[in-house]
Amino acid sequence: MVATSADPMIRIENVSKFYGHFRALDQVSLDVQAGEVLMIVGPSGSGKSTLLRCINHLEVPDAGRIVVDGILVDNDEKHINAVRAEVGMVFQRFELFPHLTVIENICLAQQKVRRRSRAESQTIARTLLEKVGIPEQAQKYPEQLSGGQQQRVAIARALAMQPKIMLFDEPTSALDPEMIKEVLDVMLALAHEGMTMVVVSHEMGFARNAAHRVAFMDQGRIVEQGPPDKIFSTPQHDRTQLFLSRILH
Amino acid sequence: MAVDHERPEIQPRPRDLRAHLNEFPWWLLIILSVIGYMVVRIIVDPIYRNIFNTILQGLSTTLYVTAVSFVFALVFGLFLGLGRVSTNVILRNLSITYIEFIRGVPMLVLIFTISYAVVPLLARTFGLPNNAISLTARAIIALVLIYGAYIAEVFRAGIEAIGRGQMEAGRSLGMSRWQTMLYVILPQATRNMLPALGNDLIALLKDTSLVSVLGVREITQVSRLSVSTSFRYEETYFILTLFYLSMTLILSLLLQWIQRRAKIKR
Repeated sequence: MVATSADPMIRIENVSKFYGHFRALDQVSLDVQAGEVLMIVGPSGSGKSTLLRCINHLEVPDAGRIVVDGILVDNDEKHINAVRAEVGMVFQRFELFPHLTVIENICLAQQKVRRRSRAESQTIARTLLEKVGIPEQAQKYPEQLSGGQQQRVAIARALAMQPKIMLFDEPTSALDPEMIKEVLDVMLALAHEGMTMVVVSHEMGFARNAAHRVAFMDQGRIVEQGPPDKIFSTPQHDRTQLFLSRILH
Repeated sequence: MAVDHERPEIQPRPRDLRAHLNEFPWWLLIILSVIGYMVVRIIVDPIYRNIFNTILQGLSTTLYVTAVSFVFALVFGLFLGLGRVSTNVILRNLSITYIEFIRGVPMLVLIFTISYAVVPLLARTFGLPNNAISLTARAIIALVLIYGAYIAEVFRAGIEAIGRGQMEAGRSLGMSRWQTMLYVILPQATRNMLPALGNDLIALLKDTSLVSVLGVREITQVSRLSVSTSFRYEETYFILTLFYLSMTLILSLLLQWIQRRAKIKR
């Protein structure tokens, strides 16, 4: 199957996911176009992180179909690795490799997956550290950095694989308030460069500035979606209104 | 300008003698005194010296069996431990079966079973005579098979102590399960496992005394042989005890030092 420009970058069709008897995702369908920034919001337990993690197969859906950049995400290890090489992910808890320096963190997968030479991967790593604003931290270990710096390294690590899509799973929730902006700034710059992004977050400022579309999830379903202005100013559903009234003071 | 209240200069209370005495490693002093007394005894008393020299002949075998068994047990234990945490049902259950089997049988019995039943059986299967494999080799095989199971559990615990997020981070970058295990999980797990592995090394050193039942001439067997003709039970077994105590003490201090260094070097 070859992707044409008309095909969406991510196509999610009727995806369901159960944890025991708990229905985490209930027949969710969603398309994300190339270059689009989609923000997923919703109360905790609404399934937004689960949906995000299904895209790169960290969670295995119980039903439905996901196609990423023309590759069907099924249990075939080759497909999974192909998709994961195209999809970068940033985690809430950074998940940097604590035994490696910052630059080694960014180089490891480049060398093992992309088969780049040491020199080439380091050049790319330095460029990316420059881009996320911490070139001077290359030789430090993650624990020597602030949370905001660690998350920026994590973004650089994902970008080093030159992904077509970036997934962000609550990237600022584990950060002290004064560090949130430096991470959002990096994400904003990425969005403006035209990266396809799916962001699970409650950062409404980012939604207004960068998101093309906001999807509101509740109880495993996408309740409503649309441009951020529309969703935030005139939400159609009671549950969206209730949720927004709680987070927008 | 209002004068600030003079704030009394508060100094940390000097640690008194009592605190120092409390923290002093008295146990080490006592053990070193016992060892020191025995060493003096060996130097001045020709009977002690003779027995010491006799037992000394078995020391290289004890150290050799310990070292070789430990290295192979580490390798075997790593693979068993990886099997233990594998997502493959067959591999995982085979590993668990083996580990539980070993852990459920006394070590002495296992040493007999492996040396006198399993190894000869395998030898015959491959068309070798029953005595093709030396008793020292059988002792090492037995210790590797036994300690591999113990060390596998250490690896399992070490691997499971690394959060699931690390595996997910590696996988999300496109690395395979094995690549992530090799480059991300194991280096961290190994560092956490150093104390437990050190304990196993010390335990293995002590357990090499069990292979004396096979007639392997390590220090325990040499002592038993010596006693059977000299009848000097007290001197012989005190000195044998001294051997093990000194070796485990040295090893334990050495391991503590290595761990401290590993912590500093991260």
